[in-house]
Amino acid sequence: MSVYIRATACISPQKTFGSVPFLTAPVAYTGNRLGCVEPDYRDLIDGRLMRRMSRIIKMGVAAASWCLREACAVSSPDAIVTGTAFGCLEDTGVFLSRLIDQQEEMLSPTAFIQSTHNTVGGQIALMLQCHRYNNTFVHRGFSFESALLDGLLLLEENEASNVLVGGLDEITDTSHAIMTRFGLYRRLPVSNFELFAADSKGTLAGEGAAFFLLTNRPSANDYARLEGVTTFYKPADVPAIENRILSFLGSHSIGTGDIDLVITGQNGDEKGDTVYRQLQGTVFKDKVLAPYKHLCGEYPTSTSFALWLAANILKTGTVPEVIDSGGRYLDRRDSGNPGERQNKRRVRRILVYNHHQQVHHSLLLISAMEG
Amino acid sequence: MGWKNRPTQELTKRGIDEKRNGGEEEWKKIRVVVRTETGKYKMSKQINSGVFVAGLGVISAIGNDIGETLAAFRSGRPGMGPVSHLDTVHRQIPVAEVKLSNEELALRADDSRGVSRTALLSMIAARAALEDAAIKNQSSLRTGFVSANTVGGMDKSERFLQDFFVDSGRGRLREVVRHECGSITEWVADRLAIRDHITTISTACSSSANALFYGARLIRHGLLDLVVAGGTDALTKFTLNGFNTLMILDPQFCRPFDEDRAGLNLGEGAGYVVLVSERVAESVEVYCRLSGFCNANDAYHQTASSPEGTGSFLAMKGALERGGLQPSAIDYINLHGTGTQNNDIAEATAIKRVFDPRYPPMSSTKSFTGHTLGASGGIEAVFSVLSIRHGIVYPNLRFSKPMNGFSFVPETRFLENQEIRHVLSNSFGFGGNCSSLIFSKL
Repeated sequence: MSVYIRATACISPQKTFGSVPFLTAPVAYTGNRLGCVEPDYRDLIDGRLMRRMSRIIKMGVAAASWCLREACAVSSPDAIVTGTAFGCLEDTGVFLSRLIDQQEEMLSPTAFIQSTHNTVGGQIALMLQCHRYNNTFVHRGFSFESALLDGLLLLEENEASNVLVGGLDEITDTSHAIMTRFGLYRRLPVSNFELFAADSKGTLAGEGAAFFLLTNRPSANDYARLEGVTTFYKPADVPAIENRILSFLGSHSIGTGDIDLVITGQNGDEKGDTVYRQLQGTVFKDKVLAPYKHLCGEYPTSTSFALWLAANILKTGTVPEVIDSGGRYLDRRDSGNPGERQNKRRVRRILVYNHHQQVHHSLLLISAMEG
Repeated sequence: MGWKNRPTQELTKRGIDEKRNGGEEEWKKIRVVVRTETGKYKMSKQINSGVFVAGLGVISAIGNDIGETLAAFRSGRPGMGPVSHLDTVHRQIPVAEVKLSNEELALRADDSRGVSRTALLSMIAARAALEDAAIKNQSSLRTGFVSANTVGGMDKSERFLQDFFVDSGRGRLREVVRHECGSITEWVADRLAIRDHITTISTACSSSANALFYGARLIRHGLLDLVVAGGTDALTKFTLNGFNTLMILDPQFCRPFDEDRAGLNLGEGAGYVVLVSERVAESVEVYCRLSGFCNANDAYHQTASSPEGTGSFLAMKGALERGGLQPSAIDYINLHGTGTQNNDIAEATAIKRVFDPRYPPMSSTKSFTGHTLGASGGIEAVFSVLSIRHGIVYPNLRFSKPMNGFSFVPETRFLENQEIRHVLSNSFGFGGNCSSLIFSKL
């Protein structure tokens, strides 16, 4: 069975939301925190519903709403599945800080009731009056992948002919401060465009909300085909990772030779990026590896940004220079003028390979529509 | 897991079609099962694609294992009481705590690192479920862990943040390292050596019902052979205060489905089932089948249920359809039955829409365990399977006055020697998430 990406919408630290050119003017950041470029929500969300919404709820509902608007044929999906590792951190933090400050007295319920991890999925259902299947996965670096797999299974079961799937996470001041103490981020200011320039410890914090309408029926406006998703947990070593990659491709009756572009989860942390470098010497030999986290930062559901990126590359037939210009990961035989290369070489099939903190590894396989 | 070329894919598809067309009757024609000395069943012939329950594990305020749990039901002894383990100022609010300290739980869960109470409860119940399933060749099976919880390691995060909010350089980081819901699942999965597929679901109070549902689907698709599915939640200040601000905590022990009900009591615990594929079920003993499931959304309000009980109605109706069952086939309903005005009237309305005029016995076991939130669907799945296994119906404690406008009342006695063939278990939550499961005798 084939699954098609009918529509997608993404709010990210880049200008990705709405009718905008495809990453032609990437946003530069200095510092270790990439926050979302947010749209004016008033056009997208009912004011009455929006009043109590925190930032992540607004981002999620707006992205879902735009995605469905783009898929115009679909007013309400057969299923809504979201993936979020951290859930609604802002509301959680607000309720906790008041609980501590006020010693558990005189609290208001608003932040609490909006803090549950399924709030965004529930709010989308409420907005659409959608009574169908609704689920939320909250498994760290597998959250979005689990949601995608659930969506694929629903389509295969004929329980749904279209599924709205989203991945989202937010940074808050509290979460950023705590994760900084864990040593996850760069200590010295660095431009996001220089993230891969020198080996260093740590990465950039990121966030975002990306939604996809998946269907089992092709249409003229589809972005791409979603061929598959897989996850693997704590692989023993690099050969184990290689095996998982090859068997995943094998299960789709293809090999690495059939992949035109590998979008990777390199995040500038020297230890974590070693894996990608080693694979470049083996299974990804002679492949073009394109990173994406200098655009959206590192967060557990960042593969939703990568899928948005891949879907747009396949739909537009363009590889944005910003993921291809560093030169470091380019196939040297193909390192001509970037503009010419885009015209010369049409990307037909993309593999996304990401690992989150070397624990959660995932693969997404996406291919261009026929013709 | 590859998406294509799965060996059992065709079988799975055929199974689903047969379910649609023939449903329960079709399935019965080809079953050959033998009841064994342990009261479980052994299958002797290839049957169509189903998902079977092979093991159970539970810990809650009424018992640390299945034996203690059944004894509490038999003697009508609820688990609620004054706060004894949770560090809170609200000591007057009754809660249903697991009767073990963190230190005692850590001993049972073989932990020496001071991990979240949520993880300890999960470990104890999930390991018990695997031991109960007693599957000899587990390492050769593709095994998954699908666990649910609502607030992850919040009990530890609360302590951390007390220091952190004073000075962002303070607080011991090891107390927030397992804040995320998923990290609770991983701590347990690592100790149970489950690696093939791990994920976490969080849909508020329906979380672990959805974990069973999803685990069953992974098996039906031929992606896994065995899934430990269920959920866990420990009491935390966060949830106690949250529900307290909503003013839905009964200052007395809760009275589900009673006209004068005044709210819920919070509880804690964990409940897991071991789900196995048909192929595995041929070589091990199983309790019953997970025959129906449905997930629907009320789409009415972030926290309140619709007066028509739309989500609950759709979930029950969908689960019956999936199981190929008429409402009259249900022998017992394990209610969501939190004891709040809003939930119980919505659920009762939905039950009326589905079952009127013939109502099976029904009860809310939350009158024993309190509302265990993300664990409730898993804990009540265990109770539902035990109902089939032992032919029992649990009493709904403290019920005295029927709800206005309804002709049915919950069962108040502990019934034994019943012929329980199909049990419906309801779980509804914030965000409008409603899920129903049906367990069926072989």
